[in-house]
Amino acid sequence: MAEFTLRLRRYDPETGGGAYWEEHTVELEPHRSVLEGILQAKARHDGSIGIRCSCRAAICGSCGVRINGHPDLACHTHLGHAKQHSADGVIEVEPMGNMPVIKDLIVDMEAVHWKKIRRVTPWLIPKLPVPERENIVPRESMVDVTQSMACIQCGACVSDCLSMEVDPEFIGPAALAKAYRFVGDPRDDQHFERLQDLAEDPHGIYDCTHCFQCIEACPKGVAPMSQIMRLRRLAGNDFDIEDINNGERHEAAFASLVKQYGLLNESELLPRSYAGDSPLAKFKPAAAAELSSSLPAIAKALLRRKVTPGGVLKPHRLPAADRKAVKQIYETVEGRDERREFNIYISGRDEDLT
Amino acid sequence: MPAHDVLIIGAGLAGQRAALAAANAGVSVAIMSKVHPVRSHSVAAAGGINAAIAIDDDWTEHAYDTVKGSDFLGDQDAIEIMCSEAPGEAMHLEHIGVTFHRNEKGELDLRAFGGASKKRTAYVADITGQAILHVLYEQLMRHHATVDRFEEWFCTSLILDDDGECVGAVARDIRSGTMEIFNAKSVILANGGNGQCYKPTTNALICTGDGIAQAYRIGAPIMDMEMVQYHPTTLAENGFLITEGARGEGAHLLNSEGRRFMEDYAPNKMELASRDVVSRAEQTEINEGRGVGPDGQGIYLDVTVVPRKRVLEALREIVNIGRDFAGTDITREPIMIRPGQHYIMGGVKTDVDGRTPVEGLYAAGEVACVSVHGGNRLGANSLLDTLIFGRRSGEDAARRGAEMAMPHTPASRLREDAAMIDEIVKRPRTGRRVSEIKDELGTTMNEFVAVYRDEDGLNKAHEIVHRLKEEAASAYIDDYGTVFNQDVLGALEVGYMLDCAEMTIVSAIDRKESRGAQYRLDYPDRHDEEWLKHINVTCDGDGEPRITYSPVTITKWEPEVRKY
Repeated sequence: MAEFTLRLRRYDPETGGGAYWEEHTVELEPHRSVLEGILQAKARHDGSIGIRCSCRAAICGSCGVRINGHPDLACHTHLGHAKQHSADGVIEVEPMGNMPVIKDLIVDMEAVHWKKIRRVTPWLIPKLPVPERENIVPRESMVDVTQSMACIQCGACVSDCLSMEVDPEFIGPAALAKAYRFVGDPRDDQHFERLQDLAEDPHGIYDCTHCFQCIEACPKGVAPMSQIMRLRRLAGNDFDIEDINNGERHEAAFASLVKQYGLLNESELLPRSYAGDSPLAKFKPAAAAELSSSLPAIAKALLRRKVTPGGVLKPHRLPAADRKAVKQIYETVEGRDERREFNIYISGRDEDLT
Repeated sequence: MPAHDVLIIGAGLAGQRAALAAANAGVSVAIMSKVHPVRSHSVAAAGGINAAIAIDDDWTEHAYDTVKGSDFLGDQDAIEIMCSEAPGEAMHLEHIGVTFHRNEKGELDLRAFGGASKKRTAYVADITGQAILHVLYEQLMRHHATVDRFEEWFCTSLILDDDGECVGAVARDIRSGTMEIFNAKSVILANGGNGQCYKPTTNALICTGDGIAQAYRIGAPIMDMEMVQYHPTTLAENGFLITEGARGEGAHLLNSEGRRFMEDYAPNKMELASRDVVSRAEQTEINEGRGVGPDGQGIYLDVTVVPRKRVLEALREIVNIGRDFAGTDITREPIMIRPGQHYIMGGVKTDVDGRTPVEGLYAAGEVACVSVHGGNRLGANSLLDTLIFGRRSGEDAARRGAEMAMPHTPASRLREDAAMIDEIVKRPRTGRRVSEIKDELGTTMNEFVAVYRDEDGLNKAHEIVHRLKEEAASAYIDDYGTVFNQDVLGALEVGYMLDCAEMTIVSAIDRKESRGAQYRLDYPDRHDEEWLKHINVTCDGDGEPRITYSPVTITKWEPEVRKY
């Protein structure tokens, strides 16, 4: 047995007062969960502490919270670990972000998370006619979508999605992972329509900034951002969907610039994103319009010496040997017969393979 | 006042399946749950769902295995319905999108499970319950125009009209604290079992027997309550479930001598005998000093004999559970387990269409007792039970609704339930804390009403539960608020749990034989002449349990000696 102090974020909507911190000391073994700690405080000290919880075993997805600033399930975090990673030896527990708080650690999942889930037409639209017995589908495809099926809708990824902080209308990691569950399912009849919908939506797949927060946050290995990237590859590469958000062109430009220079060439990126992936893009009207509208930002960057006129004319690049190595990576990946996708149900995590 | 043809209380697999079936029949449907539907405890069902879909399999074999698993206490007409409709239900699930694992030909893959004579368990890794639950919820979202969802609403009681028919329920919106009467032609209880009566248990915190107790309080008979399943593989550390799928994939059980002791108890089926048999074997090994761990209270489950790639693909969740909750990498070393409370075979007595003896009241899933599980449920039959009888209840309630007018619901009930909650909130802080009572109940049940039972222990448990009931009447809480007052709901739940525990104890005392999950050290044999019958508990006028009996339905299979 050891003592742990929990600093809980409390909020009671009925008092009219603001949120405040409250500390409780509990006695448990270090490998017991933060949820067990909170439940002990609730049972022994104050039954009014609000937290959703049910299974205690990281399956039901009820107890998403932020622990020491990071989103996770309270039942999925050991007290000892949480104490070690706290700023001052006190385990800080607060409600998840990006969602309104109802009471204490309970947030309004309906207003944000579930609304976004419903945005992606979250049910199978089956191919017709429906067979008498099961659909015959490749074994791998079902194992593949099992990764997104493993999502327990806890909201941890939504809590810390940086894109959603900037654009609250972003469909977001959980809902897009859910979307992949249908796009990756060979029994669904609307792959193209789903992808087009998500690519054309300004708050859709190209709104993700690739920050990895949701992968870090997910307690179930769903890797929502990976699912978003797979949606992009399917939309852009396989279905050739050129979206009005220039998302697909931006990605293509990004990839080919890195291939060419080994590094990103920022001054080329913008014109190519808007006017096609070619060195001549900057002379096209689509790019000109975009460039001129971006002039204030460019001017500011020049003033602050973030970019230099020389740098624009003579872009930075890796030494030749390194550029060659980068190119080789491209050739290996592009030369494969089949695109390989990361999936914990198939390949395992790194440590699993040893 | 919301009014619907069919009101469903509970939104796990049984409830959601009932809602979809009733909506499909064209009637108005409401589904209510004290948690968001995907938090329901069905989410924890890991291993799979049984259905005789293999070419060389037949539903009658599935039915026989189920009858034998039940120790011949299951009603065979109901078992025949469940097993013969299983393949169709599995195909339906596949068609609406459940991501069942496939074999190399792309057909549904099947895994071995306990008590089954063939491989007949369809699965999604070891998250089968979760996968089905989430897919049913997808369908509920799809049918949002015809199914009204009341998520995070807590049912406080069922309503009878003057003719003794169930005409609705009173419920509290947890978020706002508002009370409301739900008027309905039929009410389907689908709110699960009462595993929280035990500590430890594999069951979620929400499994507090609400439906069983609420039905009991309005006069419905509660059947087979002495039959409480202990799962053979729960984490020794904290009672979490390790799926039977592990043994289905080939894992071994080892005692302190490193021996597969199941050969002494079930030489043919070994680790895949019925759960009651395996749990008893483990408990015997532990009691006779061959347990493992520092206090000798555990048994080793050795998953390392299953190929690592297969474990990562098909048993991913228990790899996580071993790592996160026991610090054990199950692909490299054995993990310590023990038998732990898992499932309530008993429940509200129903017929094969989910009808209870109370007109207008249905029940399906763990809250109900059809009885298809009898003395012992086979693994992967619970998901099947919820879906088959959930659907049948929904269909039958819809038929009933189409033929009748909306009944009158007495509005006074709202005030009564509001007053009941008010009384709890305003109690002086002189009695015990509600949490203490729950704790004492759990440890009592696990000590005296477990794998092995005897008269003395059961009587002791009975005394304690009697005292706890008195204490609960004055137990106090801390939360005086209305928004998300989980504290006051916890007090109501403890009341439900005490009712359920009492029913289990009086039934276990009454059954003076050993059958299925009920093993009486003082009556170690099965006694068909006297005890091939169901025990029913009803609530008499003073609120005390009264026992009656009902016959077991036998169609094809006469009781025989049960060996695995």
